[in-house]
Order: sequence, then C-alpha cells, then structure tokens
Amino acid sequence: MEPLRPAHKTDDRPGTSVQTRTRIDDRWMGFFLLIPSLLAIAVFVYGFIGWTGYVSFSDWNSLIPRMNWVGFENYRSLFQDFRFQSDLRNTLVFTVLFISVCLVTGLILAVLLDRKLKGEHLFRNIFIFPMALSFIVTGVVWQWIFNPSTGVNLFLNKLGLEEPPVWYVDTRIIPGVEWGQIQFGIPLALVAVVIAAVWQLSGFTMAMYLAGLRGIPDEIREAARVDGAGEWQVFRKVILPLLRPITLSVIIILGHISLKIFDLVMAMTGPGANFVTDVPGVYMFETTFRGNHYAQGAAIAILMLMMVSVLIIPYLVSSMRKEADR
Amino acid sequence: MIVRKSSRGMILLICLALVWMTAACGGQSDGEGAGERKQVEIFSWWTGAGEEAGLKALIQLFEEKNPDIQVKNAAVAGGAGTNAKATLATRMQGDDPPDTFQVHGGSELNDSWVAAGKMEPLNELYKEQGWMDKFPEELIDMVSKDGKIYSVPVNIHRGNVLWYNAKIFDENGIEPPTSFDDFFKAAEKLKKKGVVPLALGDKEPWGATHLLETVLLGKLGPEDYGKLWTGKLSFENPKVKEALKTYKKMLTYTNKDHAARNWQDAAQMVAKGEAAMNVMGDWAKGYFTTDLKLKPGKDFGWTATPGTESSFMVITDTFGLPKGAKHPEATQEWLRVLGSAEGQDVFNPLKGSIPARVDADVSKYDEYGKEAIKQFKDSKLAPSLAHGSAAPEGFVTEADQAVNTFVTQGDVDRLAQTLKETLEQANR
Repeated sequence: MEPLRPAHKTDDRPGTSVQTRTRIDDRWMGFFLLIPSLLAIAVFVYGFIGWTGYVSFSDWNSLIPRMNWVGFENYRSLFQDFRFQSDLRNTLVFTVLFISVCLVTGLILAVLLDRKLKGEHLFRNIFIFPMALSFIVTGVVWQWIFNPSTGVNLFLNKLGLEEPPVWYVDTRIIPGVEWGQIQFGIPLALVAVVIAAVWQLSGFTMAMYLAGLRGIPDEIREAARVDGAGEWQVFRKVILPLLRPITLSVIIILGHISLKIFDLVMAMTGPGANFVTDVPGVYMFETTFRGNHYAQGAAIAILMLMMVSVLIIPYLVSSMRKEADR
Repeated sequence: MIVRKSSRGMILLICLALVWMTAACGGQSDGEGAGERKQVEIFSWWTGAGEEAGLKALIQLFEEKNPDIQVKNAAVAGGAGTNAKATLATRMQGDDPPDTFQVHGGSELNDSWVAAGKMEPLNELYKEQGWMDKFPEELIDMVSKDGKIYSVPVNIHRGNVLWYNAKIFDENGIEPPTSFDDFFKAAEKLKKKGVVPLALGDKEPWGATHLLETVLLGKLGPEDYGKLWTGKLSFENPKVKEALKTYKKMLTYTNKDHAARNWQDAAQMVAKGEAAMNVMGDWAKGYFTTDLKLKPGKDFGWTATPGTESSFMVITDTFGLPKGAKHPEATQEWLRVLGSAEGQDVFNPLKGSIPARVDADVSKYDEYGKEAIKQFKDSKLAPSLAHGSAAPEGFVTEADQAVNTFVTQGDVDRLAQTLKETLEQANR
C-alpha cells in the first residue's frame, strides 16, 4: 500500500513504454492479489462494524428483530445509565492505573536485567512467563488469591493484621465525588484487578524496554559520561528520551487491551457489587446475550470502538506520516 | 515476462481453487443437515453433579428405548444457565437451533421463543400421550400461549426454601422461622453469637434477586406477587416498598464477602457451620447430599422462606421442539421419554427435584422430595423472577442490575422506581 514514489515518474521517458506497461501490470497484479483479503476485511470487519452501527440506531431490544430507526436513543439511555457511567469510570481508572504501573515495573525490571547480571536468561523468562497464560487463567487464579476469606488474607491474618483488605469485594470508591448518577473516584475493588493484569503484562513491558535498552549503543552512554553526566543524568537525559518510541508502542498495545478488557474481569470478579469492577465489555455481553438487548449491546460496542480509536488513530496517522516521509 | 505470465496463471488457479472450496464447503454442510442418520441434539446447562447424573440416566433410558437414535449431549456449563442461554440465543438467531433445549416454563419460554415464532406447538403430542391430566393444569398454563402447548416439563424445583444448619439451630435453641419476625429474632441472636445468620452469594447477580423474590412472595402473598409482573400491582405500591425494606434489613445479616461467592459457596457456609441459614432453591439439597454428603434432616434442615408456607415458587425445566430442528421425529421420541412417568422417575431423584407429573412413584424420592411432592399439590404456585418464569429475560437482567446496586446502596425508592419503569418498558 506504499504510495508510488515520484522517482518512478522521472523514469517514464518515451522509449521505455514496455517498462511502463509492466509497472501498470504490476500494480494491477498487486491489486488483484489483494482482492481476497480486501474482500474478507471489507465484509468481516468493516461490514460488520457497519451492521453493528446500524443495529445501535434501531430498537432491536428483544429476541424479535425489530429494526425501527430510533436515532441516538440507545446512546442517550446508556449515558444516563448508572451501570454504564460506572463502566466508563472503571475503564478510565483501570486503564490509567494498569498502564502506568506496567510501565514503571516493566522499566525497573528491564533496567535491572540490563545490568548483565548472572542468570539473566532465567529471570527474563520468569518475568515474561505470565504473558503466556490466558486472561481467563490469570483471572481464576487471582480470584482465589484475593478471595477475602480464603486467599492471601489468611497470610495477612497470620501476620497479625486484624482487618485485612477485602480486595475485589470492597465497594468503597475513593474519593467518591458525586458525578452524574455515580460516585467518581478509584473503586478499591479495581485495585485487585489491576494487580492481576499488571502481573500478567509487566513482563511484556519489560521485554519491550529491554529490547529498547539493548538497541541503545554504548557509545552514546560513553559520550554522555565523557561529557560529565552522572549515571542518573545519563538515564534521565539520554536513555529515557531514546526509549520514548518504545513507551509509545507499549502504551498503545496495553491501552487497547485495557480498553477492551473482558475475559479477565469476567473470570475474576464479574460485574461486582454495585458494579465496582464492571467494564463495558462485560455489560455488552450481559445485555446482549442475556437480556437480548441487541441494540443496546451494539451501542456499547460502537462506543468501545470509538474509545480504542481515540488511542489508535493518532498513532496510525503519525506512523503513516513517518512512512510517507521516508 | 514469462515468469509473470505463469504467475498470473497460478493466481487464477488459486482463485478457482478458493471458489471451488467455498462451494464445496457450503455443499457439505447442507448435506450434513439432511443426513439420514437419526440423531437428537439435547441442549441444556446440566453439568453439575446431580443434574448431570440425572441427564445421563435419562439419556441411557432413551437409548434403551431407541437404539437407532444417537444422542448428542450439548450441555453448556454455568449456574442458572446464564452462559447456556447466551449460546442458545446465538444459535437460534443464526437459524441453527438444537433439536431440543432446556428452557424454564413461563415467560422465558412464552415471551421469547414462542413470541418470536421459533417453537412448534406440541398439543398433538400431549393428546397422543394422554398428558393433559397427567400434569397439573397450572403447570401446563406455564408452558402454553393462546391455547397452544410448547414444551414438556420434566421437573419441578421449589425456589422458596430456607436451608439451615441443624447443629447451629439446636445449640442456640432456635426453631426454624416461619415469619419475618421470627427470622429477625433468630438472626439477631445468631449475630450476637458471632455466627453469620444468612449466607448470600451474589457473584452471579441472580443470587440477590432470588432472595428478593422470596421476600416479595412472603410479604405480598401469591396473589399480589403474581400481579407484579403484569403491572397490576405497581412496584411503587407501599406494600411493595415495605417488602423492599424488609429485604434491606435481611441483607444486613448476610456475610460480607457475598460478592465473591456463587450460590454453592454460600450454601457451603451453611454446610460448614460458618453461617446458619441460606435461601436457595431446592437444587441446593442436591448439592448438600450429593456433593457434600450431608444427611437431610440431620446435618441440615429446611423450611419455607418466611411467610411463604402455602406458596410454591415453581421453577420448572422443560424441553420443547424448535422450528427448523434438524431431527424433529427423533426429538418427539425424546420428548415422549421425558414426559413419561418412567423418565421423570429416573431423572428427578438424581437431580434432586420432584417430578412434574402427578402420578410419579413417590417412594423413589427422599425425605425432602416426598414433602415437596405433597406441597407442590397443596400450594399456590408462583413464578420465579430470578429464573425467568415471571417476566421477560430483558426485564430479568435489568432487575438483576437494579438489585445488584441496591444491595450496596440500599435505596428503596430508587429500586422501586427502576423496577417499575423497566417493567413498563419490557411489557410495552
């Protein structure tokens, strides 16, 4: 899909018509080769997105497909809905906490491993390993660990903690500012989910950063040191800025995972009391397939798509520009 | 150029191959659909210990009677069938119905599948088998719409049962409570002793709705309770609000980690002696006796939930014949076995439920079953909300949501208002 370079044009002088024809043939050939996948993507991705969008404007909210146009009614009711407002709050809090904690732990682990210590292989594998598990497994395991009456609390009790945290059963929201129908703040129950998610994906962040650190030539560090920079300054002023592209990639990858998260929450906590751990994905599943509110479910799906787009589109635009500049 | 030409030829070939493959695939699946092999695909959510054993026994009986029909057991795990229902909805919408599927009698059948025109009436089968007077009339009404019968009930569960730990009750000198006053007195006493009075498990939100419906039934009585679902009695009626307040008070006696427990985890608290009471349908008995090996009457006891002694919150599993089922004849055979006294007596003792037929062999059932069979005959039947018999599925999910919020917030007016508004929407 790379645009034709202007250089080609200058080659097109009279007398090279055979070459020109083969180029055009090439282009058609390329297009022809792409047709099957283009068709599949057009139907199975964009076609279905379009269909979902269409359903979200209808009143198909029972088993019987009724396709009366109701405009933004489904969206309106969603934004007034206690559960959906909670979902938006939870998604925001979860995404911010999850990404920032992952970045910090990942970076620290990567920097430590980059010290070329003995047994680095072993540690690297240990840290990356959770990524190989599915979110369902992570969810089930951490559900047991954070179970308020059997899990890690048994340890805490032994350690003499009288009232250990109740983890994902906690319904408190800190600081809990009244906002719309909900209280805005950090639902404490989400912390348990964030820990589970971080456990799974900080190893991946570490691997990304480690690759980035290995890509920075020693000469640059040397040069900085020669210029009189201390270790901390080298890290702050030289290494971190050079790692920025990695950070961006990690944010994009983790961000789209966390905005769409479903399996981890479903396996670990479900919607939770007072929807403190509910996310749009879980709501969409329940309202569509249990309550048969197809139009409402479609509206949630479209909103989720838009949330992810906000993250992805600037990234795509900037990377496309870079490609064009090349 | 030569290379190009041959590669073009290759591409053409590949495309042709793709077209041919898609065509072939389509043809193949069509061919399978019209397959001559006799088969019946049974869709249910019976995967738990007792219920799975019951289903297997039933399938065995069916295979003995119909050795030429192959049974495909398509069970989807998940309490109260929430996952199974989602799978079923997808298959029905995609015109790929199973040959027969488990569905609760009442609204779950009538307001969804029957209203969508997806079910075949079974009046002929009922007449042929002489079932009209073998099933209670109220029950046949639950699986009928406009005079047409759409499914065959295989079992009956009672939803309004209060289970208690017999040892805890003995030690504290507590009699099984029959009224809300007694209940709260007992609960207060237990709380002071440091025992959790009432175990609740609402990780799956229907757990809380289940408790609520028994309170509504106990406070309103079966007549008014039934009126709630048609809108004849508003949720904002003072009587209903009174019931909601009682419910709120009951919630203060529950375990703190209820949101981390499903119904088995809650029932287990009673079994282990961590909690004194638990309100759950009588599938909990199957869990107590089959999974936890407890003795009915000795380790655990039961009574109707407060105020519901003469009512029977009925949850009935039924099987019907969807339109477009691939093997309708084999399915009819299955339904014949399911509706026979023999079939029901094979299934129900294992599942821990009671037969839907009135002429089943009482001696095959345990102490609890015998009592329940008698009560089923004598009591007023009430449809369950949490299990989809009282109101359309759409309302049930929204009610679950409203109740979930209520459990934490305890805003009676808001719950009443939400329930009233969503019911109006659902019935529109």
